[in-house]
Amino acid sequence: MEILLKIQRPARLENFNYILDMIGSCAKKQGLSEKRINEICIAVEEVLMNIFNYAYKDKEGDVRVVCKTGQGSTFIIEITDTGIPFDPISVAEPDITQDIDMRQIGGMGIFLIRKLTDDFRYRREGNKNIQELVIKLTPHD
Amino acid sequence: MEITTRQKKDITIVTVKGRIDGVTAPEFENYLSELISQGRRNFIINCDGLEYISSAGLRSILIIAKKLKTEQGNIYFSGLKDAVEEVFKISGFYSLFKIYDSDASALNSI
Repeated sequence: MEILLKIQRPARLENFNYILDMIGSCAKKQGLSEKRINEICIAVEEVLMNIFNYAYKDKEGDVRVVCKTGQGSTFIIEITDTGIPFDPISVAEPDITQDIDMRQIGGMGIFLIRKLTDDFRYRREGNKNIQELVIKLTPHD
Repeated sequence: MEITTRQKKDITIVTVKGRIDGVTAPEFENYLSELISQGRRNFIINCDGLEYISSAGLRSILIIAKKLKTEQGNIYFSGLKDAVEEVFKISGFYSLFKIYDSDASALNSI
């Protein structure tokens, strides 16, 4: 395992582009394709937006991002906050077969994270929510 | 994100380039809402230059689509590629909307 990137910033929208750009260039150095990097950034955005909007309620807090290589040729993005406990794995999948009238407006974010990553994990450690997005580094990428 | 429009008879072609993300999605939604309030009812969203769409963008599209449906309007998409095409497939938007390769094929079919 090798640490590739460490960032800690206040969990605010103004830091969104900076964090995403840093992760994007880190993924690029791992040889991932432009398409795959965009997919990864979409998944990361969903995690960040949930933290920015819901983790800290009325108080201020940080988001910490660590990018690293993992077992079996993987690229791992670990995103940590110290906000209210939230297990994204427990969120039910939306019904994507409904027509326009019945289709729910929300609930797509976590579904996209699951589908756009090769593995999505959550753990609670002390006062921390730790979400891990695992991306396979395959030769054709 | 960059948005431009052109009118082809009663169809408004909206070309959106760059990214529809959590930051830019409200702007995209307001832009289309404004066109609807001006009386436009039929839209082709040209995604040739769209590189990125997150759930915030899907949410905006769904809000606009629901609004158009109550006004007997329609929304079509053209030129989806790469990550945007992937997100449309995953989220079921391919079966929710009519999607064409290009504006020309959309205009021929509508």
